[in-house]
Amino acid sequence: MALLTDFTTFLVANTSKLAELGLEHVGLTLLSLLLACLVAIPLGLWIARHPRAASPVLGFAGILQTIPSIALLGTLIPLLGIGVKPAIFALLLYAILPILRNTYTGIQGVDAAVVEAARGMGMTPWQVLRKVELPLALPVLLAGVRTAAVINVGVATLAAYIGAGGLGEFIFGGIALNNNSMILAGALPAALLALLFDQGLALFQGQRRWQLGGLVLVPLVGLLAWQSPASSGELSAAFDPEFADRADGLPSIQRQYPGLRFNTLILNPGLLYRAVAEGEVDIISGYSTDGRVRAYDLAVLTDDQHAFPPYQCAPLVNGTTAQEHPELLATLQRLDGQLNDSLMTALNYLVDYQKQAPAAVAKAFLQSRGWWQTPRSGSAGNIIIGSKLFTEQYILVELFRQLIEGYTELRVEAKPGLGGTKICYDALRLGEIDLYPEYTGTGFQVLLSPPQEVVAKIFTDAGAVYQYVKTACAQRDDVQWLPPLGFNNTYALMTRQQLATEKGWHRISDLRLPAPN
Amino acid sequence: MITVHKLSKSFGSTVAVEQLSFTVETGQTLALVGTSGSGKTTTLKMLNRLVTPSSGAIYLNGIAIHQQPLAQMRRQMGYVIQQVGLFPHYTVAGNIAVVPRLLGWSAERIAQQSRDLLTRLKLPPDEYLYRYPAELSGGQQQRVGIARALAADPPVVLMDEPFSALDPITRQELRRDFLELDQLRHKTVILVTHDVQEAFELADQICLLDGGRLQQLGTPADLLFRPANAFVRRFLAPQRLNLAYLILRLSDLPRRLPTTLPAGMTALPMSPTLTFQAAQSQLLDHAGGAAGGLLPDGSYFSAADLTQATFQLLQQDPTTHGPAH
Repeated sequence: MALLTDFTTFLVANTSKLAELGLEHVGLTLLSLLLACLVAIPLGLWIARHPRAASPVLGFAGILQTIPSIALLGTLIPLLGIGVKPAIFALLLYAILPILRNTYTGIQGVDAAVVEAARGMGMTPWQVLRKVELPLALPVLLAGVRTAAVINVGVATLAAYIGAGGLGEFIFGGIALNNNSMILAGALPAALLALLFDQGLALFQGQRRWQLGGLVLVPLVGLLAWQSPASSGELSAAFDPEFADRADGLPSIQRQYPGLRFNTLILNPGLLYRAVAEGEVDIISGYSTDGRVRAYDLAVLTDDQHAFPPYQCAPLVNGTTAQEHPELLATLQRLDGQLNDSLMTALNYLVDYQKQAPAAVAKAFLQSRGWWQTPRSGSAGNIIIGSKLFTEQYILVELFRQLIEGYTELRVEAKPGLGGTKICYDALRLGEIDLYPEYTGTGFQVLLSPPQEVVAKIFTDAGAVYQYVKTACAQRDDVQWLPPLGFNNTYALMTRQQLATEKGWHRISDLRLPAPN
Repeated sequence: MITVHKLSKSFGSTVAVEQLSFTVETGQTLALVGTSGSGKTTTLKMLNRLVTPSSGAIYLNGIAIHQQPLAQMRRQMGYVIQQVGLFPHYTVAGNIAVVPRLLGWSAERIAQQSRDLLTRLKLPPDEYLYRYPAELSGGQQQRVGIARALAADPPVVLMDEPFSALDPITRQELRRDFLELDQLRHKTVILVTHDVQEAFELADQICLLDGGRLQQLGTPADLLFRPANAFVRRFLAPQRLNLAYLILRLSDLPRRLPTTLPAGMTALPMSPTLTFQAAQSQLLDHAGGAAGGLLPDGSYFSAADLTQATFQLLQQDPTTHGPAH
């Protein structure tokens, strides 16, 4: 019930934002659908005429379908930048296969005798297509457009990752912030849209007369519904959805640095560094130890007004697991304070820039310390280690795994790349995973949301924050914080090194000054 | 008139049709007959260029068809196929109107032609014009298929096994109605069939093919009584008596028939142009007991006389004898 009340309150407070995001979502979906029709229908007709090309063309479209959306959006940044263009292009690619395949299948399904009769009677190839093949293939073709529409409503939520808006902003913001009302406010309308598109197109499918009209009308509505997201402002910045809404993220920046204004885009964390390096934006949120800081030649701006709390990294263990496997805790103790900031950045750099595998980097590090041992039997049971979706966490998972397998009889299953703090923490709390690396600041602000006066009191005190999260998490969720690993991967604002030099930006406070001409 | 000159077609190394030549006069029907794979359908499809010949030429009224625009050339040739191939999304009226519309006929002319054709093909237009193909039986669909092929009054009609998919009774009815169509009087008809009896009933000329090669080109009587080779004889062997009944006429009976009717028999007056088949049917169908036929010259014949005469004719030396037609 509380959820329902929260949800209603959220909706009432965010009606206009919801309408804006919904409209963007419809626009993204329909416009990409129109473009996909323009590409896939003629291509489908062509391969129906050239059966030898059908298999490779359909195969290629199938491969496009299997590219993970984030990977696709990432590769599109250098070509199309960020925002609406790459989002529509990616959606277009995903919509091609169902339309292409159904166009081809529809034309193939037309009775060969009917086509032979039409040709034999003296219809030109164009007349055979227009008067016989297309009308008879149309129900199947439209079924493909329907499938594509439903797929696109779903995939369009990912557009929020590259600053193209849409209902995904609520969904990813909600996941990042542990705000269920916000997730629902994005997910429910998206589901409704999918149903609406499917049923709307189904209406056309049943009505022979409407079919051709529908093919024209639907994309037209898309064009009308689509609005270009406003883009005006001085300092262009891209933040990941979690940073944008977290109390210790952007809101804290705005509290500690009054007067600082950004023209903000919401981007997937995996795409931020590339976006700033390619010059799509000037400022991004990032992590101070990220290897890409070095790889992309970025400058970290000093947090002179202390907006960001300490983020000491420590292994977080499920309480039951900790009890059952004391040898696990003893093994991880070895890492206590062993990784400092520069060391972690270097390890990250090896993976991000030197393209080494996280497992190899972890092994080399353990070997350099003389800690690496060949894996033991793995007979004492399974441990599942999770992580968030960035390089450092992948390396830490490997460090933990190799240590545990070398020093205990446990076998480790790695589940890296879970999509955010909430997902990792819930999985740990519920015992879906046994262990993952977490940061004290994150636990403090996101997981526990302590009262304002507590925050104000211990905000910048690393030791106090650690003690607070250790006690609170153990009491509330039976989750154990192990000793910090040593480095402090705090939020940071960063820019291109070249731009920082040119504009004289060293501290976040410098951003407020008017840019010198 | 269609003339085919040294027509050949190969698919890869397989020869489908080899050096085939024939001429079909206006108003005549030629049947292309042969077993599966004999090249008969390939030959037909070369006539409307659904299949491109490897070599040779085809002339329609003296003009080479490959020099004419493809679609225009095809509109002069009605096309009927075994699977009918009606457009499922058009009504009967819409199907019949396809080619006349392509040719730019007026709506009234199309409507009049459609009604006329449907009436002659025994489908009352008021009942059938606005039905969809799925609502028709197989036989009715093929009637519409024939109406569609004849709609624009093309000089040539090409038919690929038009009756083969129908049950024997429907097939017989449709063949009879087809033979009676006035619209066919001045057309050149080319019919593909594997059914020799159908060819004997419908065609003036038969072109018997085997393995893409011409075995014999001639009238049904030529093939039956003067087979060109062992293949032709073997091909017709299983049904020679039937086929003879289809083409022999009462005028072919020997001149030494009895002039008095056997006791207890009824005399049925018959024309000398009747086929043996038709005469025998009349004798069998006669309700009042045994009957004999009475010819205009006053001679009588019985069913046994027809059989005896057929045996004699079939057993004569093929090089010297046999009816001419």
